[in-house]
Amino acid sequence: MPDRLTRDVIAMRVAAEIPDEAYVNLGIGMPTLVADYVLSEKRIVFHAENGVLGTGPFPEPGSEIPDLINAGGQFTTLIPGAAFMDSAESFAIVRGRHLDVAVLGGLQVSERGDLANWRRVDRRVGSIGGAADIAAGAKRLFVMMEHTTRDGQPKIVRSCTYPLTGCRVVNKIFTDVAVIAVADDGLVLEEVAPGWRAADVQAVTEARLQVSPTLCEIAL
Amino acid sequence: MKPVLVDPAAAVSDIPDGASIMVGGFAGVGVPVLLLRALAQRGVRDLTIIANGTPHRRDPANQAAMVPASMIARAILSFPVGASPQPENPYEQGYERGAIGLEIVPQGTLAERIRAGGAGIPAFYTPTGVGTPFADGKEVREINGRLCVLEHALRADFALIRAHTADRLGNLTYRNAGRNFNPIMAMAADVSIAEVDAVVEPGTLDPEHVVTPGIFVDRIVVAERERVA
Repeated sequence: MPDRLTRDVIAMRVAAEIPDEAYVNLGIGMPTLVADYVLSEKRIVFHAENGVLGTGPFPEPGSEIPDLINAGGQFTTLIPGAAFMDSAESFAIVRGRHLDVAVLGGLQVSERGDLANWRRVDRRVGSIGGAADIAAGAKRLFVMMEHTTRDGQPKIVRSCTYPLTGCRVVNKIFTDVAVIAVADDGLVLEEVAPGWRAADVQAVTEARLQVSPTLCEIAL
Repeated sequence: MKPVLVDPAAAVSDIPDGASIMVGGFAGVGVPVLLLRALAQRGVRDLTIIANGTPHRRDPANQAAMVPASMIARAILSFPVGASPQPENPYEQGYERGAIGLEIVPQGTLAERIRAGGAGIPAFYTPTGVGTPFADGKEVREINGRLCVLEHALRADFALIRAHTADRLGNLTYRNAGRNFNPIMAMAADVSIAEVDAVVEPGTLDPEHVVTPGIFVDRIVVAERERVA
């Protein structure tokens, strides 16, 4: 098989999909990388569900501000015009359909857009955090993840076997081999990594993929 | 005027066995560290803890302030464990073995249940969690074409919260991401105890800048700001 894309390249592809002046929430882990690749002229406003609207780049070492963290617990900064709020108001933003885009990581996505991302079946306890609210509330939900597990099992499946975060919530999946849209009648393969053919992607995907008539290579 | 205490132990001295306690904070920020440390030293039992998560592990000050797992009978949290298993962690052991009864709640639902508890709203419908384990055993109904889950308000006997400045009437301001669950927990407990950096006279805080009105606060504890190595 040809090479898969790096996490940073996936992040660049997701960043390109975010419209100008969007309000965006990035999930913990891989989605955090997206902030590094959105163009400043897009004037995106990032929401951190711990209570910050308008987080900026990571601070220089030594200039961290105490008590100023993002939802992943990392030190962050503020853009001019940022605002603080409590958790109830922060989730009014989320649940009230005010977020234009959210990007979450995924353990599994099903062919009807179900997302599982909070507990592995081999663990009895998991942490849902804000993911279920974000999945239910964002106007557009992107999932960013590796296409298969470390041992090669498909993560895009007919039906999730892991406990769900949200039911019929995902709009688009960005992986290290493909960009796949969730349509009313199933999954549509829209873009493939350089060197990958549609059949190669289908071979590592349990759910059936329709191939878009405009199928193209992922370009940045 | 609200009592202003300098000894955190005095502020938590009437928390009994079996109490339900809301604890503010998110990933180590906005955590009432001195109140938690004082509570840990009291050695009470069978507590119900309502919080966003188990206090953050990377922060030594908070680690020292953790309420020992042996004191907790039940926990209502959105973020009980980290991404990787920590089998030696006593909280994780407690959740896994059932010594701590754990209710995992989506963070926005947890926040709204607490807000509702403080606002006199006994229950509400939310789209969060429909079709997931978080809706198991709960009423689901369609409202305006969308399926929603019935969630009940949360209240507690005590709230331990962290703010920045208080005045003697209990009005509170916060700093940076330090609000998180603190303002809503202050509303939702019978006794709310606020740990703050400074206390000022009434009239000093601009009424436009007060985040938590003093009616929600029962006791104030002044903390020297924790220094974390």
